[in-house]
Amino acid sequence: MSLFQSDEPLLQVHNVTRYYGDRVGCSDVSFDLWPGEVLAIVGESGSGKTTLLNCLSTRLAPTAGAIEYRMRDGTMRNLYQLTEAERRLLMRTDWGFVHQNAADGLRMNVSAGANVGERLMAIGDRHYGNIRSTADDWLGRVEIDSDRIDDDPRSFSGGMRQRLQIARNLVTRPRLVFMDEPTGGLDVSVQARLLDLLRRLVSDLGLSVVIVTHDLAVARLLSHRIMVMRYGNVIEAGLTDQVLDDPREPYSQLLVSSILQV
Amino acid sequence: MSDTAENYDQGEYNFAYLDEQTKRMIRRAILKGIAIPGYQVPFASREMPMPYGWGTGGVQVTAAILGKDDCLKMIDQGSDDTTNAVSLRGFFEKTAGIRTTYETSEATVIQTRHRIPEKDLTDDQVIVFQVPIPEPLRFLEPRETETRKMHALEDYGLMHVKLYEDIAKNGHIATTYAYPVKVNDRYVMDPSPTPKFDNPKIDEMAALQLYGAGREKRIYAIPPYTKVKSLDFEDYPFEVQKFDKPCALCGARNVYLDEVILDDRGGRMFVCSDSNFCEERRAAGHVGPMAADPAAVQIGGSSQEETAR
Repeated sequence: MSLFQSDEPLLQVHNVTRYYGDRVGCSDVSFDLWPGEVLAIVGESGSGKTTLLNCLSTRLAPTAGAIEYRMRDGTMRNLYQLTEAERRLLMRTDWGFVHQNAADGLRMNVSAGANVGERLMAIGDRHYGNIRSTADDWLGRVEIDSDRIDDDPRSFSGGMRQRLQIARNLVTRPRLVFMDEPTGGLDVSVQARLLDLLRRLVSDLGLSVVIVTHDLAVARLLSHRIMVMRYGNVIEAGLTDQVLDDPREPYSQLLVSSILQV
Repeated sequence: MSDTAENYDQGEYNFAYLDEQTKRMIRRAILKGIAIPGYQVPFASREMPMPYGWGTGGVQVTAAILGKDDCLKMIDQGSDDTTNAVSLRGFFEKTAGIRTTYETSEATVIQTRHRIPEKDLTDDQVIVFQVPIPEPLRFLEPRETETRKMHALEDYGLMHVKLYEDIAKNGHIATTYAYPVKVNDRYVMDPSPTPKFDNPKIDEMAALQLYGAGREKRIYAIPPYTKVKSLDFEDYPFEVQKFDKPCALCGARNVYLDEVILDDRGGRMFVCSDSNFCEERRAAGHVGPMAADPAAVQIGGSSQEETAR
């Protein structure tokens, strides 16, 4: 696999299970994620995609199973055995989390520049000029004009907010980014532009991404590998093109055939 | 028990209003606060016979530390004779019967609302601050559970987001009061709404500083000679307010000035906010540029009479 930079996985997921009382959120999910790889998790609403994503990103403790992550020093660590301080540091340096609703991932009452600079200040950057020029650089990369740097995200359109959220997450050059329906709620042309941008950033920065989506087109465009979920179980997994072109499971076939052909 | 406990007849206040068990509880919180400089210690704040916002926290701290030999100075925004200071001084005169003073150097306990006296405090003095909102992160992060976690993990990046916003919007750090500080290289603390002019004074201060927030039920402290650093950026260092004119009455420079409106035709003057400091200077013969102005004489004169009383 020449596409990927390393022969050691970045994230290893072993039998992750999450119950909500008696109900199953997701059950017995295992996979490896490699550096530079984009994995899409698809399925209908309620199939456990978001539960799984939250478990992976330490936002929700799994009922059973283990998740291991390769830290920057090369050691594999169980995420739920990290201290709170280590986990927070990880989440704002090595990781990113892109929410479906940009308002959840942004500070809506501070300027765009401060939003992008927050992570830098959190890890100890104390030079205003440097923070601001880095923020400006990142706004440029996500196609937001420099003269909007002091505006509140409130005054931004949905697409701009989503791009700002991406810039805010990428400013510390994370290695792994989680995305929860990053294009949900955006109109089609804005979606296309955002996907273009994401694809470019992901390949430029060599990011590993776990992306949750119900939109197979998003999965097709961005991801290398795909997992189809239903009722909390992974029912099919494989290379994106292979799964989408030749789905094996009846449910995957249904999902693929339900895309509107215009 | 302490020198403040006594048997009192029905109908009389216990020394300094609070009962001894309450004072004991508050003293424990104070001791913990001193042991962990800048850490907000929760305490069982009592209802006081004055509204929240009038210094219920400061009053409880003062009541808990007062002894019979103490001499109390009570100031409100630097002044000894404004409503808040007069009422609270009266409160302790009545309930504790201790000596009170206007003179900074004579006092052993100074309770203050939003100012620190200009005269350097000594290591046998205690200064008690009235604090409305003890949590410096409150307006950035409304969840108390989250701010506590941030303090515990020393996760203070957010404080700089606020300063960044200030510079981005105003070109300089525009926070002028309640300017956040880092105490002893560990806890970020709100020095109560004192002007940032006073921030350098709390660094390595000889006197013990106690902060009481009654409504928010928190006490925190800075022991004598503790490092207190005002937060800033490398390229936008912390600066205090500068005044281009001296005090109109006593001619003092490098002190914090209040604006006084003299008439409805734009007449105004800037005078020392620390009234005791200003009077002492005038008594020593210092004269400011407007000291002879009739309006100024009226203002300066009335407070001197108060002192004489």
